[in-house]
Amino acid sequence: MRIYVCVKHVPDTAANIKIVSDTGYDKEVKYVPNPYDEYGVEEAITLVEKAGQGEIIALCVGNESSANSLKSVMAMGVHRSILVKTDEQLLDSARIAKALAKAIAQDEAPDLIFMGKQSVDSEGMQTPYRLGAELGLPVVTGVVDFSMEGSIAKVQREIGGGARETSTIKTPCIIGATKGLNEPRFPKLPAILKAKKKEIKVIDMSTLEIADDSQYRLKNLEPVEERSNARILEGSTQEIVDSLVKILREEEKVI
Amino acid sequence: MSKIGVFIETADQAIKKSVPGVISAALQGGEVVGFVLDGLAEKYRESLGEYGVTELVSLSAANIDFSKQPEAAGRALAEGAKAFGITSLIGVSSPIGNDLLARAAMELKASLTLDCLQVNFQENYAKKSHFSGKAIATFEMGTGLHVIGIRPNSFDAVQNPVDCRVIDHDLDLPSGDAIEIISVDKAGTGQKELTEASIIITGGRPMGSKENFKLLDECANTMDAAVGASRAAVDAGYAPHSMQVGQTGKIVSPKLYIGCGLSGSVQHFAGMKTSDVIVAINTDKDAPIFTKSDYGIIGDLFEVVPALTKALKE
Repeated sequence: MRIYVCVKHVPDTAANIKIVSDTGYDKEVKYVPNPYDEYGVEEAITLVEKAGQGEIIALCVGNESSANSLKSVMAMGVHRSILVKTDEQLLDSARIAKALAKAIAQDEAPDLIFMGKQSVDSEGMQTPYRLGAELGLPVVTGVVDFSMEGSIAKVQREIGGGARETSTIKTPCIIGATKGLNEPRFPKLPAILKAKKKEIKVIDMSTLEIADDSQYRLKNLEPVEERSNARILEGSTQEIVDSLVKILREEEKVI
Repeated sequence: MSKIGVFIETADQAIKKSVPGVISAALQGGEVVGFVLDGLAEKYRESLGEYGVTELVSLSAANIDFSKQPEAAGRALAEGAKAFGITSLIGVSSPIGNDLLARAAMELKASLTLDCLQVNFQENYAKKSHFSGKAIATFEMGTGLHVIGIRPNSFDAVQNPVDCRVIDHDLDLPSGDAIEIISVDKAGTGQKELTEASIIITGGRPMGSKENFKLLDECANTMDAAVGASRAAVDAGYAPHSMQVGQTGKIVSPKLYIGCGLSGSVQHFAGMKTSDVIVAINTDKDAPIFTKSDYGIIGDLFEVVPALTKALKE
């Protein structure tokens, strides 16, 4: 069994993002492996552990420091990594998917591909579908439960209001993971040290000859202004509640 | 005049609540053609006409049940968009909406923007959240076909009555899809869908137990609200993940959001900061949530919430 896991190197969700140009941000923030991708990594590792055999390869499209995210997932148990190197920030999903597809094509044939259902930086929610289109593989995203029955994968996803949908997918396939699938492990020190010796193959993105033919462009990035301090309602509980109801009904007109 | 296609998402033989808002958003761009996948176009015709859908296309294919074959459903939307000369295809960014819109976009080799907060067809741009809601990105859509998902509640539904005509459109689609939906478990339902709710009341870790969430249910019932939970409350086992609001849960955008016992983490706000009005209830006057809400109540949720329920009943 050969499983590829796609991992994006993203700013920590708690990081303060400083927009520095029309479409760029200050990269001097803490970066982590995309949290949704970690669910995919954990699932791949669990599958290989259960099967007692298999290889897990992590793929990342990003700058040089993305190697840190690859080291993190190798410490979790991924065997080796491929980094498609580029200095561009906020690449569009179409080009990321093309780069991932070419990197896989240069490597081996996948049995399964895991990735997060979305990244926490550009929140595009579409790289799994785009990779599926590039490789001609079926895709299910938002997966909260995964199992294999022979060559068929069985997955569940939440479809709103607490309902869960179960589907079967022929493999090889692409799974977009989300919270609920598992609890990603925290690597221990020996695993972290061992991961430093694992291979990261670097491919320069420019050598993959990926056409930038999209007319679709990120034009502008602007910070969202936070609300300023809340208007604190004062008085007895009864007074507070009465004034809140009055405000919501008469001023805000939301109830 | 441009033709905008709207995926009319339905569930249990009813139009999803967020669809009319999407129709209103689409109308700024031109004539609206609706696409229905469940064969019940005639049933929806009148109510969709109220919002401005002039043509309602009922897509079907022999031997294919779109509710069980998402790949075929995406292909059908793409074929429909091509057959009716659609320039943009838009729908609700719900779990099913996102899935089918993405599949249609791949078939159409179109650009795709999901979870949009704004779309402007005249100036040809769409806006969406980046970095957990800390930034807004504006995308130029170009002249090619684009597929757009709209975050529920981002557009108000405006009535715009027109005559709506149903068109049956039969497709010849390949069989043998790789994905098959084998069951839908509604055991966890009964919860009101968070992403569609106009009012949400959410409990954090201080709720203390699953039972205590009933306090929020009672309050929610007085104003047709949905009940949410913070990640901490879900991780503590007080509520299922399907109720989680935030970065790794549901992204919601209600008119009113009442947070009870929430600290106000960046990750939680990533899921609800586009709410119109945010009210925070917390015993800790220094809780960060008070710096980013509209109204604050420094007090114990176990006193404030029952009092609020009572006041709302009156």
